[in-house]
Amino acid sequence: MGKRTLSVALLATAMLTVAGCSGGGGANAGETAAAPANPDDVSGDITVLTNRTDLVEDGTMKKYAAEFNKTYPDVKVEFEGLTDYEGEVKIRMNTEDYGDVLLIPSAVAKGDYPKFFAPLGKTSSMKPSYRFTDKTDVDGKTYGIATFGTANGMVYNKALWKKAGITDWPKTTEQFLDDLKAIKDKTDATPYYTNFKDGWPLESPWTNSVGSISCDVRGHDKLAETDEPWAEGGDLNALDTLLHDTVHEKLSEKDPATTNWESSKTLLAKGKVGSMVLGSWAVNQMRDAAEKAGENPDDIGFMPLPSQKDGTFCSTLVSDYQQAVNIHSDHKEAARAWIDWFTGKSGYAAKEGAVSALKSQGMPATLDDFADNDVKTIERSAARTADVDAIDNASEIGLNKPDYRKKLIDIARGATDGSLKGYFDDLNKRWSEARQTAGS
Amino acid sequence: MTRSRTVSTASPPAPPAEPGPTGKQNAPRRSRQPARGGAPWRDRPMRTITPWLFLLAPLALLVTFTYVPVGNMIYYSFTDWDGVSPDRDYVGTKNYTEIFTRPELFRVFAVSFYYLAASVVQIVIALYFATVLSFDLRFRNLFKGILFFPYLINGVAIGFVFLYFFQDGGTLDSVLSWFGVGADHAWLGSPESANTSMAGVSVWRFTGLNFVLFLGAIQSIPGELYEAAQLDGASRWQQFRHIIAPSIRPVLSLSVILAISGSLSVFEIPYIMTGGATETSTFVIQTVKFAFQFNKTGLASACAVVLLAIILVVTWIQRRLVPDEKVDLV
Repeated sequence: MGKRTLSVALLATAMLTVAGCSGGGGANAGETAAAPANPDDVSGDITVLTNRTDLVEDGTMKKYAAEFNKTYPDVKVEFEGLTDYEGEVKIRMNTEDYGDVLLIPSAVAKGDYPKFFAPLGKTSSMKPSYRFTDKTDVDGKTYGIATFGTANGMVYNKALWKKAGITDWPKTTEQFLDDLKAIKDKTDATPYYTNFKDGWPLESPWTNSVGSISCDVRGHDKLAETDEPWAEGGDLNALDTLLHDTVHEKLSEKDPATTNWESSKTLLAKGKVGSMVLGSWAVNQMRDAAEKAGENPDDIGFMPLPSQKDGTFCSTLVSDYQQAVNIHSDHKEAARAWIDWFTGKSGYAAKEGAVSALKSQGMPATLDDFADNDVKTIERSAARTADVDAIDNASEIGLNKPDYRKKLIDIARGATDGSLKGYFDDLNKRWSEARQTAGS
Repeated sequence: MTRSRTVSTASPPAPPAEPGPTGKQNAPRRSRQPARGGAPWRDRPMRTITPWLFLLAPLALLVTFTYVPVGNMIYYSFTDWDGVSPDRDYVGTKNYTEIFTRPELFRVFAVSFYYLAASVVQIVIALYFATVLSFDLRFRNLFKGILFFPYLINGVAIGFVFLYFFQDGGTLDSVLSWFGVGADHAWLGSPESANTSMAGVSVWRFTGLNFVLFLGAIQSIPGELYEAAQLDGASRWQQFRHIIAPSIRPVLSLSVILAISGSLSVFEIPYIMTGGATETSTFVIQTVKFAFQFNKTGLASACAVVLLAIILVVTWIQRRLVPDEKVDLV
């Protein structure tokens, strides 16, 4: 008897908890987090969530806050650096306590933005002054402002390429492969480094380049409109074939299973690795690594992907994390003040060698080579990102997850059975099936 | 409802053995009569409540951190929740239908065979050392320490350590080269090699646990048995065969259950070392990816429930095939 009472009590507790968990969301929705008219009027403590634990630990963020306080003396800014940003914030977003300012995690569906974040303004009024607004535009309102944007291409060691007798940027994938072969023959360096183990260098840098090949602003949006993104002539086909061929011709590192991102920076800086596909944000990190290794930081260069459209190189400009205001925040004005200050006045983007979210601020010094060689940077549209992500998740391919390109590399080096053609067919099939169910 | 008071007084959980004339189970109810005199302590209301008060803390913890999350997981498995969104829809058994109509989801269990084979090796090694070290040996405590030590290390740390161990030109390659074996082998490079290597790591890690379990069981065998056996002229092997083996049977059977459920739910080592690439993915890694990469928390919860069911079934079958017999040595 006592036992039964207990189990009933347990069950009841469980049910209550389940019911309790499913609440949340919806509080004071729609209220715009507007910038304060007078800096002295805003006050309050705000918490900023960031993935840059390095900047929190070395005090850089505190310096930004001190600088911010010169304009807004009554706002106290606290930082919370999260190593596993995506994982931790995703779980915290089930509560109301996820900071006042946070970076929008990629796990949040775009349609849910109005439930989690306060709108920052009408997109039509923000678009003239901000880049990348369409990434967070839901029903005409913008919910996030990019911390910075990044151009996509390839980081390479200029000195090493010169040593192999290459002076010009490769214009086609064939030329690129020939150049890598020359590096392999004439030097003892590894021509290309995949960073297979860490995985992320196989995801965003490559997928962000969708649009670079076709020089199409809507390159990424079009994925939602096609059944076969890996068909001949598509950007994904070109990019993944390039990766496949590089590995297949043994132009990449010998043992991909044990690569290491941190040490790869030094390898590239020292000229032991020739190139890596990355965003332009990586250039400054590589230059730091070169300085630490006693090499010349100017040897680190950034070039567009080896493909030209009508005689010009193209490079997509894609936004990194976007800062947003928690809809449950008690200090929305202060939070917005921080975002505006951080975007416009902090100099963060320039310091990272990345592209500012403000259109009034020009291209960073890391992209000087692009300007000198007339590389066309295109701000990629993100109007249909929500649809692409929905199809991507339904298909379980994971354009922004490492697994599918890891399998591509396994096929290329013969560790897994299969052919490039067969793999593309399979990906196309899964994509088209997912498009049916994800409804678009 | 009028009975309830009497009933609750009458059934204290696990009444202590009561010596004396009132030793019968339902004695307390009768003893309500003042005739018994002295109103013993176990008649007072506190007598009923006290055990529950003591249990309050552990039960609260158990419910909060075990039953509620499991209940939540089962509930999620019937929804299409993406893990973040405040909205979730009840979708019935759709997630379960999806799991059982997608055979490729079960293909990852092939990887479990590597770990299952490894756990056979692991049990044999552990049994061997436990037997050897149960006899009087020089440095036996040192050897015990050495064997048990890997189990104390955190699984994630082990993953990282062995990543360097298997690296191209890493520890394993250099050790092999001392013996003139020019190993130019990417240990984690191909599916067979990677799975075998990682199953080896798993043996290294868990042998200590098996070893300690076996050693404990062996040491609980009374020493006279060995003496008697020695007097009768039994060899070491005969002692093992007829004294040790029968007496550790329950522990052995427990180890086998742990080995099977362990190899079905391998996670840390392959997740850290390869992230499931190169056909080293396991069912748990796959589940984690559904939940945290593709935002299919509902489907992932259903996968977890299915894995739980599979392990329960396997354990049940095994208990059926090898029932737990009472061990009677003497």
